[in-house]
Amino acid sequence: MIRRYLQYLQQSLRDWNEIFLSELRTIFSDAGVLIFFILVPLGYPLLYTFIYNKETIREVPVAVVDNSRTKISREYLRRLDATADVQIVSHCADMAEARDLVREREAYGVVEIPADFSKALNRGKQTSVSIFVDMSGLLYYKAILTSNTNVSLSMNADIKAQRAGATTAQQEAVSVQPIAYEEVSLFNPTNGFASFLIPAVLILLIQQTLILGVGMAAGTAREAGRLGRLLPAMERRGGLMRIILGKGAAYLLVYLPISVYVLGIVPHLFRLNQLSNPWTLPLFVVPYLMACISFSLALSAILKHRETVILLVVFTSVPLLFISGISWPGSSIPDFWKYVSYIFPSTFGINGFIKANNMGAPLAYLRTECTMLWLQAFLYFFVAVAMYRRNLMRIKD
Amino acid sequence: MSHPLPQIIKREFLRLAKDPVYIFCMVLAPLVCFVFFTSLMDEGLPQELPVGLVDQDATTTSRQISRNLDAFQQTRIVAHYPDASEARRAVQRGEIYGFYLIPKGTARKALRQEQPRLSFYMNYSYLVAGSLIYRDMRMMSELASGAAARSVLYAKGATEGQAMAYLQPIVIETHAIGNPWLNYNIYLSNTLLPGILMLFVFMVTVYSIGSEIKERQGSRLLAMAHGNMLHIIVGKLLPQTLIFLLMGSAYVFYLYGYLQFPCHCGIPSIWALMALFVLASQGMGVMMISALPTLRLGLSFASLWAVISFSICGMSFPVMAMDPTLQGLSLLFPLRHYFLIYVNSALDGYPLLNAWPYIVALIGFASLPYLLAWRLKHVLLHAKYEK
Repeated sequence: MIRRYLQYLQQSLRDWNEIFLSELRTIFSDAGVLIFFILVPLGYPLLYTFIYNKETIREVPVAVVDNSRTKISREYLRRLDATADVQIVSHCADMAEARDLVREREAYGVVEIPADFSKALNRGKQTSVSIFVDMSGLLYYKAILTSNTNVSLSMNADIKAQRAGATTAQQEAVSVQPIAYEEVSLFNPTNGFASFLIPAVLILLIQQTLILGVGMAAGTAREAGRLGRLLPAMERRGGLMRIILGKGAAYLLVYLPISVYVLGIVPHLFRLNQLSNPWTLPLFVVPYLMACISFSLALSAILKHRETVILLVVFTSVPLLFISGISWPGSSIPDFWKYVSYIFPSTFGINGFIKANNMGAPLAYLRTECTMLWLQAFLYFFVAVAMYRRNLMRIKD
Repeated sequence: MSHPLPQIIKREFLRLAKDPVYIFCMVLAPLVCFVFFTSLMDEGLPQELPVGLVDQDATTTSRQISRNLDAFQQTRIVAHYPDASEARRAVQRGEIYGFYLIPKGTARKALRQEQPRLSFYMNYSYLVAGSLIYRDMRMMSELASGAAARSVLYAKGATEGQAMAYLQPIVIETHAIGNPWLNYNIYLSNTLLPGILMLFVFMVTVYSIGSEIKERQGSRLLAMAHGNMLHIIVGKLLPQTLIFLLMGSAYVFYLYGYLQFPCHCGIPSIWALMALFVLASQGMGVMMISALPTLRLGLSFASLWAVISFSICGMSFPVMAMDPTLQGLSLLFPLRHYFLIYVNSALDGYPLLNAWPYIVALIGFASLPYLLAWRLKHVLLHAKYEK
């Protein structure tokens, strides 16, 4: 009884080991697979961070039309030019001239000061500064609007203080602003683009390259008619599971160091947020990798040719980034698309990684994400088993 | 003997019909993506983003502030927390995008003119949500400060106009040209949809030529065309052009006809731009497989170029904020030129002629197959399929 059990164990380990080693050999002897497993994870993060590295836009060029031409309007424009976000590139005689500059894309906005600007202020009336913003990018809009709002608030404060004729500094501060306020940016102090987008891209990259590499290896095996080699292992009891486990272990082995580079070293190189507890990240990344590998193995079973996977998978990167709730707020994603997003490990991977890495959340706060990733890992494992069984049975017949 | 061109066209149509990958990449996936992006951002501007409130003051003033904040369209107070660290933990759990803190004694200090301090916290890990709630919470703080000062002024007998002129001597009047609603659907879908179409044009062009090489059909194809490369280029590309133009028409009519996105230049002009863009993308595709005549490498090239296009075209992060190397490199991406022409003509309503350099660039991309005919011939005849 015990001997038979030991024999069974020995056989299963032998099968597992054989499949594990042969899969590793396949990975390292196929230049196409290596591109996806090594070159892309090494290169892409650097390229992306290079694109977004400046984090935010400074000195957006604007044209100004000063119809007032008084001391106080010049003061306004001086303060505007002094902000970090905006740079005055031209003082125009009229709006037509300013519009020409916008058309030539030499300016991305126009600031117009009305003719009665100083007169109104001196009489104690309200006056308005008009800003016209090119809407080809929301960052231009944000830069021009924020800097004008800040300048108007600081000018208003000075004007009010002057009018109030307060005697002490404290009195002056209160009459200018009876209730003060402060703003605090959490977890992305520079409000930067790289800090916000890159972590999501890094996580997505792991899933996409795994699908591509696993898919290419599987498509090649099928195209070359090599799938039949798995038949002897399948014949034995529990053999199918050994096939999937053996293959999966090979991919896991390759992706553990890749993940350390992509999720640990790249953010460090570019000084992105890394607030995670050192134990949280591995405990989260391992289920993510397992979910991605199971998902890739299940998906790869439908591929009949070596290159097809590229056509089927690459385009999903853009929608997957949007559906994860990182760029478009998760609370505003329609229910239907939210359910669709649960199919992909990247949805939970991105959200969990951002919580742990960007916001320093402890593992307990990642419970939903971890549970779902383990669930996906198991579910897609059995899907992969079923798919392989179907494919192998067909060969047998 | 019949003319070779119709034969090659017929052959190409048959090839497209036989491999289901083509139907997926040319019809199914583009349509799903078109519907996906536009329906995902259907709200235009995200509404009712969840935020938290820490009200340690618990007076009528503080309740007034929280009611007003809740009334803003982009913000919704979903929970109250006893202190800031409790609220921060909710941010870490991903339940709220930020919170507003009214400290104890706010109302009392405001009455005694001791300048109390409100604070608000945004999570910029979610940049869009963070920016939107920032706008609302800052406006709320200005209003709270204004309301306190206004009640003092009213008590002194000022009229509303006098009070407003005193509180806000200078106001900013914003004119967001072309998209006054700050609609994200308009802001992004106008470039995402053509970008997705371009991705599939790259892929299909490379795949269709690459699989001829893989199946060693090159010399047979050349014999069919009597050695005339023009017949091969037109014969192979034209059927794909027609299908992609159909898909392009779908997004043009959907965005500008059905959803009524701003289009100053009129639908015919934007359709013509789309058509030129499809041809330009096909040209790039031919260039890719001619440069790297291995199917796998050609497709990798196409993937790299297509995915980078979405970042480097400047639709979300401005090209002027990128490194100068990248600013130069961006000109090698058809989507960058499409984006600039779209902004010039459809969004801002300037004459098409104003964007002539970009139109010339797209025409340049579109003529690549004819300039590279010699290379393509060599590739079809001599390139061997490499794994």
